[in-house]
Amino acid sequence: MSAAKRLRLPSAPWTRAYEAASARWAALPGWARWVGYALILVAALALPSIPGLGDIMAPGSSWERILFYPIAIYVLLALGLNVVVGYAGLLDLGFVAFFAIGAYTNAILGGTYGWGFWTVLPIGIALAMLAGLLLGSPTLRLRGDYLAIVTLGFGEIIRVTANNTEFLGGPRGINQIPRPPSVEGVDALTFSITDSKPYYYLAVAFITVFIVILKRLERSRVGRSWTALREDEDAAELMGVPTLKFKLWAFTVGAAVGGATGVLYASFQTAIRPTDFTFIVSATILAAVVLGGAGHIPGVILGAFLVAWLPELARDLNKYRVLAFGAALVLLMIFRPQGLWPSRLREAELKEGEGGIGRLGGEVGAVVTQEGL
Amino acid sequence: MSNFVNQFWASTIDGLTQGAIYALVALGYTLVYGVLRLINFAHSEIFMIGTFATVGVISAAGITSPLAGVGLLLFVLGAGAVAAVVSGGSAVVLERVAYRPLRRRGATQLAALISAIGASLFLQQAVSIWVTSDARTTERVMEKVNLLTIGTGDLRADKLLVFVGAMAMMILLDRLVSGTRFGRAIRATAQNADTATLMGVNIDRVIMITFLIGGAMAGVGGMLYVIFFEVTNFTVGFVLGIKAFTSAVLGGIGNLRGALLGGLLLGLIEEYGASVVGAQWKDVIAFSVLVAVLMFRPTGLLGEALGKARA
Repeated sequence: MSAAKRLRLPSAPWTRAYEAASARWAALPGWARWVGYALILVAALALPSIPGLGDIMAPGSSWERILFYPIAIYVLLALGLNVVVGYAGLLDLGFVAFFAIGAYTNAILGGTYGWGFWTVLPIGIALAMLAGLLLGSPTLRLRGDYLAIVTLGFGEIIRVTANNTEFLGGPRGINQIPRPPSVEGVDALTFSITDSKPYYYLAVAFITVFIVILKRLERSRVGRSWTALREDEDAAELMGVPTLKFKLWAFTVGAAVGGATGVLYASFQTAIRPTDFTFIVSATILAAVVLGGAGHIPGVILGAFLVAWLPELARDLNKYRVLAFGAALVLLMIFRPQGLWPSRLREAELKEGEGGIGRLGGEVGAVVTQEGL
Repeated sequence: MSNFVNQFWASTIDGLTQGAIYALVALGYTLVYGVLRLINFAHSEIFMIGTFATVGVISAAGITSPLAGVGLLLFVLGAGAVAAVVSGGSAVVLERVAYRPLRRRGATQLAALISAIGASLFLQQAVSIWVTSDARTTERVMEKVNLLTIGTGDLRADKLLVFVGAMAMMILLDRLVSGTRFGRAIRATAQNADTATLMGVNIDRVIMITFLIGGAMAGVGGMLYVIFFEVTNFTVGFVLGIKAFTSAVLGGIGNLRGALLGGLLLGLIEEYGASVVGAQWKDVIAFSVLVAVLMFRPTGLLGEALGKARA
């Protein structure tokens, strides 16, 4: 916190207004903040039912449907990747692998063997965490940029393996994955092909649970260690933070969220194929996290919402979607590397040129600044 | 296992051909890494642009039947030059747009990598939208006659051309880096950028030339790829780029001769592996090699260091 105080941030009018608002929010008594959270939750649950909103937000497509997929699914995935990229500062380019593991767990256990959603869910989470642990324990010792490429390779290995394995359905994938069990007589919890609302409510429940868990983690010893190793890995190690252990924590927690999202996604689509899990998905999740503000949950949710929703708004421009993501990533890194809605700590770190994996060509950058002389 | 023995010579020839292309692309990763300590993630798209430049030359030249002799030689030189210029130019633009502003602002490596991914997506989609989103096949440029049969393997003329062409480029680059003034500036920057500046080296220009040379090599790699496979598409760079990066790491990133060794080795490992477990697992084999190298010998076989690459 002191880093943020010591450093005077640029104070444009909107920045000052935002800072005043967030200070007031932080000064509110606990119960008032809980009321605020409850109101946000109610608003989120009401989103698919507000009359007329769908016509504005999703002209020409089903608002209820896109609220679940892609919006809620990408919010969940971005929350998971945020642990790895935002909290621990590790660049993971193969996050889609954990999503795929969750989805395929549901496809095999649910689709082939007929297990129920709530039985498969913990298994999917556990398998994704195991994969995170297996991938992480040898590779997390690597330098940050190497880690990025290895995780990218891992994502491709998972996809190619699914494509080549008959047991996993090969290129055709797996069909007839069961939907979550419905609650008799309650429309909001009756899962069917015609109504996406129940899925959306379920996704909001997932998001709420994960936010609570991640928020607790963020403020725990684990979260402080993540901040420490993100800001300066060597210093953290010297201070006695077992950095490898906490990197593994970040990887596994992120993988758990990805796996849970995969299980949920598969039960909605009821059919999955290897082509659902390409590198573009990983890149899109990363774009969401970075656009919103890595390390800041409200920012990440905003980023995921924008990344998932904007292409739906302009469906005929859909072929320009990835093109725009690419350009946006470059522009963001140049003009606003902290994202649209960053946490104050992260913003301060970036101003100091920390909070990543060392500076890019540090010596070279220093030379260039002398150009004005 | 018997497949491995039966196909040994065929695999060796194919592995060296593939590996030569990996090595050419790997040079770009290694050069940029040596100078900037940055994985130029968008390098794979520079290669992809090179393949499309070659396709453009083939249709612009109106080639409808396979060439031979002087005609073929002229085509290879001409198309190679065009592909090298187009790819090299794209690499320079890429550096200007996606990396230089970040260097100016002292951005983190993470930011540079994300910017590179963005540039990579942008270039891929730009080709997909404005050129073609389908696979683009080309006319056959040369007869694929068999020159020599070694065991079970046929040494075809096009494979020999790919291998010889790649080696020639490699030798040219090695001379350039170890023997010229620019080469010395590149090595000096790789060793210590601050000192190099004090000695009067213009770092910005060195970086630009590094991207130019790396891009030109990828362009020539793209031309050889098109002659060999006679097809390309806008995602052709993605997997090939990872494999070329693997080659660079395998040989020791930042090390030019390492890139050559790594490329050829990776090509061979892939082909030998494919003959044992099946061709559909090729990509998995290559990625596993990458993970294994990074785990057990992250400095690569010949060690990192562009600065030490001298004749």
